[in-house]
Amino acid sequence: MSKHTFMGGIHPPGYKELTNAMATVPAKLPEKVYIPLSQHIGAPCTPIVQVGEEVLKGQRIAEGKGFVTSPIHASISGKVVAVEKKQHPGGNFVDCIVIENDGRDQWADTVHPRLNPDSLTPEELRKIIFEAGIVGMGGAAFPSHVKYAPAEGKKADYVVLNGIECEPYLTSDHRLMVEKAERIVTGLRYILKAVDCDKGLVGIEDNKPDAIALFQKLTAGDPVISVIPLHEKYPQGSEKQLIYACTHREVPAGGLPLDAGVIVNNVGTAAAIADAVELGIPLIERIVTVTGTGVKEPANLSVRLGTLFSDLIEQCGGYTGEIEKIISGGLMMGKAVFTDDMPVVKGSSGIVILKKAAQTPRKEYTCVRCAKCVDACPALLEPTTIVKLAKRGLWDEAKSNSAVCCIECGCCSYVCPANIPLVQYIRRAKQAIAANAAKAAAAKN
Amino acid sequence: MEVNNKMNNQDTLLVLSSSPHIHSPEQVPSAMRDVLIALIPALIASVYFFGLPAITVIVTCVAAAVLSEMAAQKIMKKEVSVHDLSAVITGLLLAFTLPPSLPVWIAAIGAIVAIIIGKQLFGGLGNNIFNPALVGRAFLLASWPVAMTTWTAPLDAVATATPMGMLKEAAGQLPTLAQLFFGSVGGSLGETSALALLIGGLYLMYRGHIDWRIPITYMGTVFVLTGVVGAMSGYGLWYPFYHLFGGGLLLGAFFMATDWVSSPITKRGRIIFGVGLGLLTVIIRLKGGYPEGVCYSILLMNMVTPLIDRYSKGRIFGGVKKHA
Repeated sequence: MSKHTFMGGIHPPGYKELTNAMATVPAKLPEKVYIPLSQHIGAPCTPIVQVGEEVLKGQRIAEGKGFVTSPIHASISGKVVAVEKKQHPGGNFVDCIVIENDGRDQWADTVHPRLNPDSLTPEELRKIIFEAGIVGMGGAAFPSHVKYAPAEGKKADYVVLNGIECEPYLTSDHRLMVEKAERIVTGLRYILKAVDCDKGLVGIEDNKPDAIALFQKLTAGDPVISVIPLHEKYPQGSEKQLIYACTHREVPAGGLPLDAGVIVNNVGTAAAIADAVELGIPLIERIVTVTGTGVKEPANLSVRLGTLFSDLIEQCGGYTGEIEKIISGGLMMGKAVFTDDMPVVKGSSGIVILKKAAQTPRKEYTCVRCAKCVDACPALLEPTTIVKLAKRGLWDEAKSNSAVCCIECGCCSYVCPANIPLVQYIRRAKQAIAANAAKAAAAKN
Repeated sequence: MEVNNKMNNQDTLLVLSSSPHIHSPEQVPSAMRDVLIALIPALIASVYFFGLPAITVIVTCVAAAVLSEMAAQKIMKKEVSVHDLSAVITGLLLAFTLPPSLPVWIAAIGAIVAIIIGKQLFGGLGNNIFNPALVGRAFLLASWPVAMTTWTAPLDAVATATPMGMLKEAAGQLPTLAQLFFGSVGGSLGETSALALLIGGLYLMYRGHIDWRIPITYMGTVFVLTGVVGAMSGYGLWYPFYHLFGGGLLLGAFFMATDWVSSPITKRGRIIFGVGLGLLTVIIRLKGGYPEGVCYSILLMNMVTPLIDRYSKGRIFGGVKKHA
C-alpha cells in the first residue's frame, strides 16, 4: 500500500487477529481502584484528599509541584479508604490512593462541556490539557503540556499522530482509531492550535486498512491534516522512526523531536485532548487490550485508571492453562510483571498473558558475527559490538560506539540466532555510562 | 513479600525476564541447516560428475571434521557443540575444494587441521579469524602439492587439467562456457557446476543469511578486471566469463567469503571486502604461481576483517558520518 517506512527493523508475528475486530467494551467498574501517584515522567504527585473523604469521578485528587508534572483525578466516585504502596506496572512500588466504589459513578461538578472551544487561545488550551492530567498514552507518559510549551528558537512544522501500534498482540489504538476517528482528528486540531503549527499528519501502518480508509475519508480535502499510510514494520511506532517514516527528517542523535521540527503524539492522547477541551473530562479512562495465549476471552476494554489487572483478567474469563508470563505492554518492549495485583495507569496499552509454551529454553551461543542485529537496528548501531564491550565492562568504548542512542526496541535480541540478549546488555551499558557521567559531574562540583 | 495472583487459586510463580518476550524462530543450528540445504545442488552435481570418489572424499571430510571437533572439545573440557552443524559445513566445504582423486587419508588430515587449527584453537565457532575449511585446504596444498593438483575429468575419471590451469598454461582443449556453467569440467568437487552453486547462493540470499554485497562485489570485481585484461590482450567477452565460472570463484564468493564469522559486519565493510577479494584473486590468477587464487584471497582478506570493521562504521541514525 505504501513504500514509506524507516531504516532497519523487523517483522515479528502480529497476533492481532485475537482482538483487532472486537469492539471496545466498557470494563465492569471495580469495587476499589488503586490510583498511583506517579503516572507520568516527573516527580510523583501529593494527595490533596484525606482518607475518609468522599470523592467524585473526575475530581482532582493529587497534584505535583513544578512544570514537569501532571495532576491525577478520581476515576470513580466513592470514598478514599487508604493511601498505600502498591506494585506499579513500571516496576516500582508506588503510593496509590485507594477509592472504594460507591456505585453511583457520579461526575464532579468541575466536569462540564465548554461552550466555546474554538475561541480558546494556545495558552488556554495548554492549561486545559495540563489540568486534565493528560500525558502521552503510548507508554512513555510524558506530560503533554510540557511537550507543547514553546521552546526558544524551535518551531514545530509538523504534529505527527502515532497510530502505528507496531507491538504484537496490542489493538487498543487500532480500536480507538476505528471507533473514535472523529475524536482523534478533533484532538489533533486542538494540538495544532496549542503548538501553533499548521500541518498535522496521522501515521498508520498498512496492517490497519480500515483505520486508514476511515481517516482518509475524514480528512479528504483537508488542507491541514493528512494521513500517511506506512509499510508495516517494527518499531515504526518509535518516535524517531515514525518521524523519519512520515517526514523523512532525522532527529539529531541525542536530540528531541522538536529539534527536527516535529511533535509526536499517540492517537489516544489526541482523543483524550478532544474530550478534555470540549467536554471538560480529565484523563480517567483508557482502552486496554487484554490478550495473549493465557487468557480465555481476549478483549479490548475501556478501563478506569486504577483498576487492577486481576479484575480485568477475571472479566476476560480468567486464565487458561499454566501461566508463564504477564506482560504489561507489548511483547517487544513490555515489562514482565510478577503479579496481577497491580493497577492500570495512564500509559497502560495492554496486558499480554502468555501460557507456558512447550519449548526448551534457548541456549546462548557465542556471537557468530552474522550481523543480523546490525541490519535490524533502527538506530543504525552495531549492537553486537556494543555488547562485546559491555560484557567486558568497557563502558567508555561502548559510549563511543553510541550505546546511548539505543532506543531499546529489542530488534537485535529478536533476530539474534545465537540467542544473545543484546538489548539487555546495551541497557546495562547505558546505565553504567549514565552512572559514570553522574559521578564525573559530581566530582567536578 | 506476599504475592497475590488469582490464578486458579494456585501459587503460581511468573517468569520475569527482560524484553523482548518473543524471538525469531531462527537459531544458529537452523541457519547452519539452511547453509547445508544451499549446498545440496553442488553436492548432487559433484556426485553426478565424479561418482564414488566424490562420495568418499565428502564423507571422509565431514566425518573427520565432526569427530575432531568432538574430540577437541572433550579434551578441552568444553561443551560438545557439533549439533550446531558448523563442523558439518566445514567438512563439506573443505571436500568441495579438493580433487576427487585425493587419497582419503589426506582429506581426513585436511578436515582435522581445519577444525583443530582453523577453529577450535581460536576458541571455537564465532572466534575463528579464518575460514576453517580454507585453512584446511591451504595446509593440504602446501603439504601435498602434487596430490592436491592431480585432477580427473568428470564422468570418465581420466587425468585432466582444470579450466583455470589450462588458461594459465595455455595448453589443452578449453571446455566451452556451457560446459563450465553446467559442470562437466575437471576441478575441485564442489566448483564443477556454476549453475548448482548459483542456485545455492541465491537460496542463501533469499533466506537472508548472506548479504549480496560480498558475492556481487567479489564476482563483479573479478569480471571487470579480467574483462579489461582480456580486452587489452585481444580476447573476447568469453575471457571474463571464463574467470567467473571456470574456477572456485562462485563457490568462494557465495559460500566461503560470506562466512559470517570471518567476514565484516558493516555494509560498507562488506563492499571493501568483496572488492579486495576480487583484486587479490585476479592478481594471483594472472601474476601468481597458482592458476587459482580464491582460497588465498579469502584467507588474506579474513586477516583484515577486524580492520575493515573498525574503519567502515556507518553513521548512526540522526548522526553525521563518523570515522573511528
